[in-house]
Amino acid sequence: MRRMEGQKETFLRILSLLRPCRAMLALSLSAAFISSVSSLLFPMLTGAAIDAIADGDGAVFIRLLALMAASAGATAVFQYVMNAANNHIVYSVSKEIRGRAFSHLQRLPLSYIDSHPHGDIVSRVVNDTDQVSDGLLLGFTQLFTGVITILGTLICMFLVNWIVALVVVVVTPLSIFTASFIAGKTFSLFYKQSEARGVQTSFINEMITGASVVSAYGMEEENQRRFDDINSRWAGFSLLATFYSSLTNPVTRFVNSLVYMGVALSGAISAIMGVMTVGALASILSYASQYTKPFNEISGVVTEFQNALASAARIFAFLDEKEEEDEGALPSFSLSHGAVEAEHVSFSYNPDKPLIKDFSISVRPGMHVAIVGPTGSGKTTLINLLMRFYDPVGGVIAIDGQSTVSVGRTSLRRCFGMVLQDTWLKTGTIRENIALGRPDATDEEVRAAASRCHLSSFIASLPSGYDEVVSDDSDGISAGQKQLLSIARVMLADPGMLILDEATSSIDTRTEMVIQEAFMRLMEGRTAFIVAHRLSTIRNSDLILVVKDGDVIESGTHQALMAAGGFYAGMYSSQFTS
Amino acid sequence: MQQRLASFIRGYRKEAVLAPLFKLFEALLELAVPLAVASLIDDGIARGDMHHVLMMALLMVVLAMLGLAASVTAQYFAARAATGFAEKMKSALYRHIVSLSASDRDRIGNPALITRLTNDSNLVQNGINMFLRLFMRSPFVVFGAAVMAFTVDSHLAAVFALVIPVLSIVVFLIMRYTVPMYRRVQGALDKVLSRTRENLSGVRVLRAFGKEGSEEEAFGSDLARLQELQLSSGRISALMNPLTYVIINLAVVVLMDYGHRRYGLGLIETGAIVALVNYMSQILAELIKLANLIITISRAIASGRRIQAIFDTEPSMVDAPDAAEEGTDPDEAVRFEDASLTYRSGGEPSLSHISFSIRRGERIGIIGGTGSGKTSLASLIPRFYDASSGTVSVDGLDVRRWKMEALRRRIGYVQQKAVLFKGTIRDNILWGDRNADDDAVCAALKAAEAYDFVMERKGGLDSMVEEGGKNLSGGQRQRLSIARALLRRPSILILDDSSSALDYATEARLRHNLGAMAGMTVITVSQRAGSLMTMDRIIVLDGGKTVDIGSHEELLARCPLYQEIYQSQFGGAV
Repeated sequence: MRRMEGQKETFLRILSLLRPCRAMLALSLSAAFISSVSSLLFPMLTGAAIDAIADGDGAVFIRLLALMAASAGATAVFQYVMNAANNHIVYSVSKEIRGRAFSHLQRLPLSYIDSHPHGDIVSRVVNDTDQVSDGLLLGFTQLFTGVITILGTLICMFLVNWIVALVVVVVTPLSIFTASFIAGKTFSLFYKQSEARGVQTSFINEMITGASVVSAYGMEEENQRRFDDINSRWAGFSLLATFYSSLTNPVTRFVNSLVYMGVALSGAISAIMGVMTVGALASILSYASQYTKPFNEISGVVTEFQNALASAARIFAFLDEKEEEDEGALPSFSLSHGAVEAEHVSFSYNPDKPLIKDFSISVRPGMHVAIVGPTGSGKTTLINLLMRFYDPVGGVIAIDGQSTVSVGRTSLRRCFGMVLQDTWLKTGTIRENIALGRPDATDEEVRAAASRCHLSSFIASLPSGYDEVVSDDSDGISAGQKQLLSIARVMLADPGMLILDEATSSIDTRTEMVIQEAFMRLMEGRTAFIVAHRLSTIRNSDLILVVKDGDVIESGTHQALMAAGGFYAGMYSSQFTS
Repeated sequence: MQQRLASFIRGYRKEAVLAPLFKLFEALLELAVPLAVASLIDDGIARGDMHHVLMMALLMVVLAMLGLAASVTAQYFAARAATGFAEKMKSALYRHIVSLSASDRDRIGNPALITRLTNDSNLVQNGINMFLRLFMRSPFVVFGAAVMAFTVDSHLAAVFALVIPVLSIVVFLIMRYTVPMYRRVQGALDKVLSRTRENLSGVRVLRAFGKEGSEEEAFGSDLARLQELQLSSGRISALMNPLTYVIINLAVVVLMDYGHRRYGLGLIETGAIVALVNYMSQILAELIKLANLIITISRAIASGRRIQAIFDTEPSMVDAPDAAEEGTDPDEAVRFEDASLTYRSGGEPSLSHISFSIRRGERIGIIGGTGSGKTSLASLIPRFYDASSGTVSVDGLDVRRWKMEALRRRIGYVQQKAVLFKGTIRDNILWGDRNADDDAVCAALKAAEAYDFVMERKGGLDSMVEEGGKNLSGGQRQRLSIARALLRRPSILILDDSSSALDYATEARLRHNLGAMAGMTVITVSQRAGSLMTMDRIIVLDGGKTVDIGSHEELLARCPLYQEIYQSQFGGAV
C-alpha cells in the first residue's frame, strides 16, 4: 500500500515536471485523438465504398473515395504532429531533469559525494533520465492512443454489427491473459540473465584492467577457461530469456487470428442470413485485424511504466538530497592577513566514531604549519575543514577574525591554493588544465608557471605540446607529472594561502628540490598548511603539529620536537635508519 | 588469424537458415488468409454456401495453428543462433583482447575494450536475433503480398508494382539520414555522461577553484547540443510512419477506384477487392514493424563494426614459429643493447640508447627522477613492450626470440600499483605457481612479510580479497603481490617501486629476506636512495638515458646526479 502511495507521489511529481510543456502535451493528446479517430474511420469508409461498388452507386462511391483520401491525409498529418510534439516534450523534459540534477550535484555536500558510488550517481543522471522520458512519456501517449483505438474499434464494430462485435469482446480477455502469463514467466528469466551478465561484466573489468598481471603470470589459458564457464552459464539463461520473451508475439498473434476467424465466420453467417453486407464484413474484418494490437502494446507499456516509475523515484531521491545551505546572502570573503584560528573544533564523519575531539590552534599570518602523523590520524580531515568541504560539528574556525561559516564558501575557497596527493586532470588541453584557476591567463603566464615546475621539456615532448588533450586516465603521464601540473595550476592562480596535502609525494626528491625554490617563493609571506609523509621536507616549518587519532599530541618546531624526544623524534629517526 | 564477425555464425548455420525459413513459412500462411477470406466472400456468402463458409473458417484455424507452430520454431532457432553467436564471439573476443600487447591495449584503452565485450556484444546479439526474426520476413511479406495481389487480379496489382518502389525509396532515404544522425546523438550523450563522471572525480579541485558555475554552463551547452541533435533526427524519423501510412492508404483509394471500373465491366468480384485491400494493410503493418526495428539494427551494425575493429587489430607481439623455451647463456641474466622505447608516435622517446648487462644473481637498483624511464626500462625485460630499436635479451637470448610464456615464467614482476583479483588470498598467491601447496604459499608470504597480517585475518589463506583488492591497504596489497611473484621462485625478480607503501622497518626486513635467496637476480626500481644502498650496482637514469652505473659508494663518489638524489633525501648526512 505504501508502495502504491509512493508511486502515486512520484507520478504527481513527474506531472509537475510536465507543467512547462502543458501546451505541447495538449497538442500531442489532441493530435493523438484526431489521428486515432480518423484512422478508425478509414476501414468503415472502405467497407461502405465496397458496398457502393456492389450497389453500383457511382456518386456515393466518388464521395466515399474523397473521404478516404481525406481521412488518410488527416491521420498522417496528425500522427506527425503528435510525433513531433512528443519528441519535443521528451527531449525537453530529459534536458530539464539532467540540468537540474547536474546543478544539484554542484550544491551537494562532499559528504554525499564521498559516500556514494559515482557510477550510481552517473547512471541516475544519464540512464534513469532516459528511462523516465522514453518509458513514461512515450508510454503515456501509447497508452492513450491504445485506449482510444480499442474503444473506437469496439464502438465501430458495434455500429457495423453488434453480434460480431460481441464475439470479439468475449475472446479479448484470452489475449490479455496469455500476454501477462508470458510476461510473468520471462521476468524471472530476465532477472537471472542480468545476474549472470553482472558476474561476467565484473570478471571482464577485473581481467582487462589487470591484463598485464594476467600475462606476466601466464594465466591466459586458465582465465579463458573461467571466462568460458561464466560465458556459457550466461548464454544458457540468455537463450531461455530471449526465447520465452519472443513468444509473446506469436501467441498473441495466434489469439488474434482466432478472433479474426470468429469475426469472419459470424460475419459470413450474418451475411448469408442477410443481416450484413459484404462491405460491412470487409470493414469489420479490418477492425478485427488491428483490434488486439493495442493490447500487446499496452501490456508492454505497463512494464515500461513500472520501470520508468522506479527510475523516476531514483532521480527524485537524488534531487531530494539536502544541498549545502545557500550562502547567497552571506558576504563574500576577502583575505587581508591570513591569520587562522581554530577553537575547540570537533568533527566526525560518522557520529559513532568521533575523529577530531577538541582541536585548537592559532596560526599567525605567513606561518608555515606542517601536519604530520600516521595514516588515518586525521591530517586530511583538517584540510577538509579548512576548505569547508566539510563543516565542523562543534567549535569555530576563523580566518582574519571571521568565522569561516559566516562567509560564502566559494569566496573562501578561492583564497586557498590546494594541491592534493590524488591529483586530477580535467579532460582538455594541457593549457586548459594549468589555467583552470585563471582561465583568462595569457600564454606567457601559462608557460611561465609550467617552466617553474620544470614541465617545459615534458610538455615539449608531447606531440601537440600545450594543446595536447589529456584526461585523468591518460596513459604516458606519470603520477609525478600529474602532480607537477597541479602545482603549476596553483602557481598560476597565485592564491593568498596554501594547502599542500602530500603535494610532492609522487615527485622524485631531486625534481622536488629543483622546484622547491619556486615553491618557497610562492609560500613566502603566505600562510601555508603542509601535510607530508617525508619528514625531511617539513623541517623548516614554523610549526609542526603531530596528529594522532584526531588529537594534536605534540607541537613545536623541528628542533624543539627533536629535543623533546617524543613521538615525532621517533618517526623522524625511523625514516633515516635503514 | 584475423577473424570476421560473420564467421561466428558457423556452427549455428542450421539455426540461422531455419529461423528465417520458418518465419517465411509463417508469412506465407499469413498471406494465404486474405485468399481464404476472399473465397469465403465470393464462393461462400455470394452463393449462400454455408458449408464452404465453415470450411474456410476451419482453414483459417488450421493456418493460424500452423503459423503459431512455425513462428515458435523460428523464434527458438533465432534465439539459439543469436545467443550461440554471442557466446562464441565473446569467447574469441576475450581471447583476442588478452593476446594483445600492452601497447595495443594502451592505444585502444581499457574502457573501450570492456565496452566491446559487454554493451556492444549485447547489442549485436539483440540485432542478430531481431534480424533473423523480422528483417528477412518484412521484405518477404511486402513482396509476397504484391505477388499474391497479381494472382488475385493482375491488372489491379499494377498499383502494388507502383507503390512498393515508392515505399522502398522513402524508407531508404529516411534510414540514410537517421542512421548517421543517431550515431551523433549517441556521441553527444557520451559527452554528457563523461562530464558528469568527471565532475564527480574532480569534485575537490573543481570546488577549490570555484568552478561550479562554469561547469554548469558547460554542461548546459552539452545538453543543448544533445537536444538539438535529438530534435533534428526526430523530425525526420517521425516522418516514417505517417508517410508510409498515407502512401499505402492513398494506394487503397486508387485500388478501389480502379477496382470500381473493372467491377463495372464485370472483370472482378468484390471479394477480390477486399483481398487486395487486405494485402495493402499487411504491407503497412509490416513496414511499421520494420520502422521500429531500424534503430535496433543500426545500433547493432555500429557495435558490430566496433567489435570487428578490435578483431582487426593484429597483436603486435606474437611468438616466432621457432621461439625458444630456454636461454643460451644462463649466466647473463639481462642484457640491454642500445635499446630505445617510444610510446606515443610523434612523441619523444621514453628510453634512448640504453646498454648494460646483468649477471645471474646480481642485485641491481634502478634510480632516477619522475619521468626518467625507470618503469619503461623494467617493463622491457618481461617484454610488456618491444624496444623501438636495439635489443633486450634474457639469459643471453633476445626476448623477441623467446616463447613469451616461457620468458615470463622465469620472471617475477611486481608492479608499482599492486593488482589483486577477487578470490581468496590463496587463489591470488597461487597465480605465481598453480601447483604450489600451502607450505610453499606460507613460505612466500613469510618472505614477503605478509604472513602475519594474513593470519590475523579471519579465515587466513581463505579470507576473501575484494575486486581490485580494495578491502586491503596499499601496503598489504604490495606485500601480497610480492608474495605472488616469489611463489614461482623466479630466476629474475623485478620490483618496480613496489614497496613504496611500506614503512621503513618492514621494507628493510623484506630486503633482508630477499637477500637470503641465492641465485635469484633482483632488480629493484626505487626513488629512495636508502632502499638501494646495499645493491651490487645501481643504474642511474635521467631523461631516458643512463647517466652512470656503479655501486652506492662509487656513485656517491663520482656521479653528481646520484649525489643530488642522495642529498635531497638525507640532507646534510653526507
